[in-house]
Amino acid sequence: MTALLEARDISVHFPTAAGLVRAVEGVSLAVQPGEVLALVGESGSGKSTLGFTMAGLQTPTQGRVLHEGRVLDRAMWRQIRREVQIVFQDPFGALDPRMLVGDIIAEPLRLQRLGNATERAARVAQLLDQVGLPGESASRFAHEFSGGQRQRIAIARALAPKPRLIVADEPLSALDVSVQSQILNLLKDIQKAEQLALLFISHDLAVVNHLADRVAVLYLGRLVELAPRAALFAAPAHPYTRALLDAVPRIGRKRVRGQGAIAGEMPSPLAPPSGCVFHPRCPIAQAICATTPPPSVQPRPGQTVLCHFPLAEGAL
Amino acid sequence: MSAASGIWARRWQRLRGHRAGMASLILLAVLLLFVLADFPLEALTGIDPNEADLFARFDPPSWAHPLGMDEAGRDVLLRLMVGGQVSLLVGVLATLLGGVIGIAVGVAAGFWGGRLDALLMRFTDGMIALPLLPLLIVLGAVDLTKIGFSSEFAHSGAAGFWRIVVIIALVDWTAIARLVRASTLQIRERDYIRAARAAGAGAWDIIATHILPNIATPIIVAFTLTVGRVILFESVLSFLGFGVVPPTPSWGNMLNNAQELVTTAPLLAIYPGALIFLVVMAVNFLGDGLQHAFDPRSEHQE
Amino acid sequence: MNRFILRRLLQSALVLLVMSFVIYGLIGLMPGDPLDVMVASVPGVTPEQIARLRAIYGLDQPLMLRYFHWLMAALQGDLGYSRSHSVPVLAVLAPALWTTCKLMLISFVIAVAFSFVLGITAALKPGGWLDGVISLVAFAGISVPVFWLALMMILVFAVELHWLPASGGSTVGDGSFVDQFRHMVMPVTTLALATTGGFTRFVRASMIETLRADHIRTARAKGNPPSRVVLVHALRNAMIPVLTVMALSFGSLFSGALLTETMFAQPGMGKLIYDAILSNDFNLALSGLLFATLITLLANLAADLAYAWLDPRIKL
Repeated sequence: MTALLEARDISVHFPTAAGLVRAVEGVSLAVQPGEVLALVGESGSGKSTLGFTMAGLQTPTQGRVLHEGRVLDRAMWRQIRREVQIVFQDPFGALDPRMLVGDIIAEPLRLQRLGNATERAARVAQLLDQVGLPGESASRFAHEFSGGQRQRIAIARALAPKPRLIVADEPLSALDVSVQSQILNLLKDIQKAEQLALLFISHDLAVVNHLADRVAVLYLGRLVELAPRAALFAAPAHPYTRALLDAVPRIGRKRVRGQGAIAGEMPSPLAPPSGCVFHPRCPIAQAICATTPPPSVQPRPGQTVLCHFPLAEGAL
Repeated sequence: MSAASGIWARRWQRLRGHRAGMASLILLAVLLLFVLADFPLEALTGIDPNEADLFARFDPPSWAHPLGMDEAGRDVLLRLMVGGQVSLLVGVLATLLGGVIGIAVGVAAGFWGGRLDALLMRFTDGMIALPLLPLLIVLGAVDLTKIGFSSEFAHSGAAGFWRIVVIIALVDWTAIARLVRASTLQIRERDYIRAARAAGAGAWDIIATHILPNIATPIIVAFTLTVGRVILFESVLSFLGFGVVPPTPSWGNMLNNAQELVTTAPLLAIYPGALIFLVVMAVNFLGDGLQHAFDPRSEHQE
Repeated sequence: MNRFILRRLLQSALVLLVMSFVIYGLIGLMPGDPLDVMVASVPGVTPEQIARLRAIYGLDQPLMLRYFHWLMAALQGDLGYSRSHSVPVLAVLAPALWTTCKLMLISFVIAVAFSFVLGITAALKPGGWLDGVISLVAFAGISVPVFWLALMMILVFAVELHWLPASGGSTVGDGSFVDQFRHMVMPVTTLALATTGGFTRFVRASMIETLRADHIRTARAKGNPPSRVVLVHALRNAMIPVLTVMALSFGSLFSGALLTETMFAQPGMGKLIYDAILSNDFNLALSGLLFATLITLLANLAADLAYAWLDPRIKL
């Protein structure tokens, strides 16, 4: 089955006054039609940059993005725009404060010339209903709505051109905790109903556990692990994944001491460590980890990991 | 569209609270009525403000001519009105024209950035460095026949009028350009611009639909303040003889022979200048009031 | 630091060069012809003779070529001959330059001094009645047409009160210092008044911003009125942008000087340029304008350098 959207050896580098920021380094992954792929990492891991690149909003420094096997350049992106949409993290910056909500939602339709004015208005009403907002919202302004409601509007906008994939960049992070589960469930329901592929970017593993089919873990711009959700949560192969999981508080489980905790902070993408970039903080690092970049291996079927010493099943 | 009127209603409230701004608004309305009063007055009395009657030079005020006659025997009151029309019209038109240039340059520099931005900003900085009045004088002295216009056109009143509108616009756009560029840069990185791109918007879509409406507020304030500046420019140029040329009156050129007037008929030297002063003060206060009304700190989160 | 200076110098030189070409072209578009005066005094001159004269003086050559010749001569110090004064241009420009500089500098210093005093006073109690008065006066300063202000001053002080001479640099037969001083009072006052308004507003705004700064608010909140040391420090911070803005306003100061000189018949650059344009003295007008541009460019350069030197955040 050809992947719906594929990143092939993507690297994104930003030249800045302080030096070259390697936000994303050599990442390859593919999203299948209808699957939920979670992109997990701490801030600075490059997950948003990767998400933007796969949504066509950022040109990769190296590598390519492919849509159903075809390489996407600017001309091709114009053609397939309606298939890939995006929901942003900050509900307050994502909606134009001068536009009526109805116009905001209808914008993709207008730009892609889908339907006439009446048809668009009908579609907007339908979308508002789908995301759980009253129809009269269309004639109001974004600032009249709460954060959660604005996120619903953003989701309605993303759904408008009937895309096949939505990139959701930390859609819950800026919301109140009480609202997060509502929006999460909304996304789940919509994903199932429309059979959408979802590239779900998050730093919250608990949320990912509810939603994802597969999980990709990023560290300092590198893809350190890619596995089906159950496998990743039960038997992580990368020490970093292991540490992330251990950091998630779960009721009824004692906090693991010792090997679980990782020291220090993620280094700056301006000066990545040599060899395996995780080695300064890795509890099982060896000499080779400091000198040689790790290979990408598959310790178990369907599970890819970037490590010299992937953890065995049930390890530690 | 209750919500749309909601924002503007709130802004109107804030403007109303700004006493100087409101006073200026009223004053400007009064002045507008004043300059427009020329039309009914001319029709009623049949007096032509451009018709000279050398036997009536410097006649003192009378019922027929409430402010007396000027140095060429023309009715002062009517000339003040017509002159006001000209000065105000030049002010508004030159502001609009210069504003269009400034917006174009500012958006281009702010939106596309990179080398275009660098180039445009060098150019803008270069223009800002120039002493404006001498430049305006040289531009005002240009002989239109030498660039291909017919002699007839070159000396017509219309040419004189448009010439001054154009040269002021050519010279005054830089302030707006800088402002627009700064505002555009601020907005460029917002998520809703990215969302528009993802929805398929090209550069022009984004500029027209998202950038321009969102920078409208500072632009409105800047335009208002520009009008004051432009009116001052026009009056200086006309005063020096390079702007609006007699017999068409403008508040500036009515002071053409002012230095002589000062000894013979000082009031004639006071009226036009006082009116210019009033209008520019009012416009500046209005701009201040608008700034207060549009203050983003009192507006909702943007 | 040196690279910065060099770069800015080159930029300024480039602007000057471009402006010289533009002004050369514009002056050529002024009514009249350099030949007019020669031709006017010789009735019965034939078209062929005019054409020959034109060829002799190189006036029939294309614009670029004429400009080039002018540029070459100018770079060697030859700015041509002033038709209206019958002496080389430089001989006329130099003394006029001195007069204008005197006028500009004295007015500038007075304006700076007054605006500091007024602006800071107003800023110390924003919203108070003193602030109201000062702001109103400043407002009036930027709204009043300078030439009208000059007229009013002439009306009051020269015509009505006979205290001061209405025009000229000095009275014939008396070149004493007191006499020159009396002649300069009104022009300087006019120019200073016109300039002080804008400066005052800026000083006031800058001081208010700085006084709002956290450390001063904290001191106030603790119950201590800000000590003089703190105030002086605030002053220094506020003045950096203010000084640079003031230096950048040299362009408009020159325009004001031009106007003031014309009004009061002061023998300065402004009046020189104005008269030159009126009498179609191309060489003088061109050279005068270029000198004016040069002065403004140098002032801007100085302002940039001062700003960069004063603000420790800017790396040169």
